[in-house]
Amino acid sequence: MRLFDILGPVMVGPSSSHTAGAVRIGLTARKLLGDQPVHADISLHGSFALTGHGHGTDCALIAGLLGMQPDDLRIPDSFSVAAEQGLTFSFQKVQLRNAHPNTARLQLEDAKGRTLDIVAESIGGGRIRIRSIDGIETNFSGEHNTLIVHNQDTPGHVAAVTAALMQRHVNIATMQLYRSEQGGYAVMILECDQPIPKDIEQWLSHIEGIQKITIFNQEEPV
Amino acid sequence: MSFSSIAAMLSMAQASGQPLHAVIRDADCQENGYDAAASHRQIAALWTAMQQSSRQYCAADRSNSGLIGGDAARLRAAAESGRLLGGTYFQRVTEEALKVAECNACMKRIVAAPTAGSCGVLPAVLIPLAEERDVPEETILEALYIAAGFGQVTALRASVAGAEGGCQAEIGTASAMAAAALTHILGGTAQQCADAYAIALGNLLGLVCDPVAGLVEVPCVKRNVIGAVNAVSAANMAAAGIRSRIPVDEVIDAMGEIGSALPADLRETGLGGLAATPTGKRVAQSLAE
Repeated sequence: MRLFDILGPVMVGPSSSHTAGAVRIGLTARKLLGDQPVHADISLHGSFALTGHGHGTDCALIAGLLGMQPDDLRIPDSFSVAAEQGLTFSFQKVQLRNAHPNTARLQLEDAKGRTLDIVAESIGGGRIRIRSIDGIETNFSGEHNTLIVHNQDTPGHVAAVTAALMQRHVNIATMQLYRSEQGGYAVMILECDQPIPKDIEQWLSHIEGIQKITIFNQEEPV
Repeated sequence: MSFSSIAAMLSMAQASGQPLHAVIRDADCQENGYDAAASHRQIAALWTAMQQSSRQYCAADRSNSGLIGGDAARLRAAAESGRLLGGTYFQRVTEEALKVAECNACMKRIVAAPTAGSCGVLPAVLIPLAEERDVPEETILEALYIAAGFGQVTALRASVAGAEGGCQAEIGTASAMAAAALTHILGGTAQQCADAYAIALGNLLGLVCDPVAGLVEVPCVKRNVIGAVNAVSAANMAAAGIRSRIPVDEVIDAMGEIGSALPADLRETGLGGLAATPTGKRVAQSLAE
């Protein structure tokens, strides 16, 4: 925990969990998709469904998808910004099993037809956890420099990714592996101490069986 | 390293001969890998954002629900007519707490301190004091480091989330942070800052989180006022040399234990307290339709 988690963040109100956390969910989803979505189907669960409109959770999620930060004064007007930028969306209320009270599911599509289906929860103080990507269970925060690799579940991919990080002097803080089934679709999530160099994306994309690479690095304080 | 107790912060300050705010800043820098200059830029930016959060107030704004707006302007008008109690500073504190908390409810930009729902407390006590006594900005920033450091210990030992600890965890902590900050500005010692924190938090123990319709509006906006005025009283006591009979870390632990003992209805679910009154339920019902 940083001192500036207690004093701060600077954010648009009214709620760190229902507003700032919702912007972060949208932003993280946008980074995971790799581009601005052109369409979003959003499902709200629990307290997000019950008090989301009063807390601006709906416009906060759209603001995040448009790339706005939690302190962006356009958050309350994000629906009209979405219309200008060609993002269409729908909202519905759902009940998800065993989900955190502040959970949203976002099904996204970008202009190239790429899709992403994520479930994320806002756990308080503006912090979030990503609980699933494309139906595969995950658990990461987006607070660290994160490398996400989608690949076919075959031998050698973990070794290739960790070797590439080692060559670039990047230390792995945590590492999680998920897969749909043996030999199926797999996701690798590595949270790292150093920023992840962009060239790793091109390097890894040439390896057979690696389907998609997502990098997101944190910003320095200030 | 970060601290697990306020007592440890005070001992380190004493042992090192460093001022309390520098001990808190340096420990945070070391833990998170940035330097003192970057940290200083960040805290200065937060102080600027706090002042802006008050200046953007607009009396005509209303929250999405329509429940919040215009109250700070009502208080200012009444204060100017000369019929209110408590002197200029006290009236300004009340007005600023309303201003910033109303801005939060109306989706404007605020500084969570420690949360969005309690964002009005620190600016409420600091902005009028900085103006009235011409306090140097450096002194305000030192006070903010002390407030944040003590708040961090509270988050670690207890909680600063209403859903976990009730309103005492949010407004109680904000009030205690504000009391410690004020005490530093009034020239108090590190120990007196800790006493102010203990007194302010101790006086709000048991305060429940019972938002009508689950929104950060009623009673949250006016609870920012009680947090702010309680901070002023606690700082006055501590600066006068009045001690907290219960050490500050033990008060924090008591807050944590009370928070855990609170029923879920009184922890931000919108099911108990003021939210469960006939009027509270009626408001929730009409907003749902």
